[in-house]
Amino acid sequence: MKNWSIALVLACVLPACVTINIYFPAAAAEKAADKIIDDVWQLKNGAEKPNTNTVEPK
Amino acid sequence: MKKILFSALLLVVMIASQVVVAAADLEVNTPAISAIKGSMQARHAQLASHYASGAIGLTKDGLIAVRDANAVPLKERAGLNGVVAAENADRAKLYQEIATANGHPEWQAEIQNTFASRWIDKAQGGWWVQGAGGWTKK
Repeated sequence: MKNWSIALVLACVLPACVTINIYFPAAAAEKAADKIIDDVWQLKNGAEKPNTNTVEPK
Repeated sequence: MKKILFSALLLVVMIASQVVVAAADLEVNTPAISAIKGSMQARHAQLASHYASGAIGLTKDGLIAVRDANAVPLKERAGLNGVVAAENADRAKLYQEIATANGHPEWQAEIQNTFASRWIDKAQGGWWVQGAGGWTKK
């Protein structure tokens, strides 16, 4: 019984670790990028966004 | 039986918490990243007018490039190249630092790609940005 539990734990935890290690967190990266860009360009959060959306690329 | 159920529940909680950690924010508050950010912020004052004049533009790979040197007086061109080179060095370092700060140096290219699209998205109207088909004015 104990062996089964250990096997179950390994079967569930190991793939989870692997998944986390190979997966690039795209949404988190975007959020981080936005934060840094806002700081570097001194954009006010939210204020600049609708503004840029109204400017159509030529 | 109860014990097994309990262990299973514990397991689910453990895995769920790992998933939450994975979905959480990237670490961007290290001293190295703050230092690069500060240097880029200071440099932006010099770059802003060149973005507006079209002398420089945002490239599709998350860097900047001299697009139209003629938009800058001859005397200032050498200086412009220097500022662009310094900015690109900072940007490359920034992408590298974010990747290593999060324990995944191999994420650098993906972080750079993410930044590339976010810089361009957030660029002001009138600035030049590089797409698949070349330079366009926002």
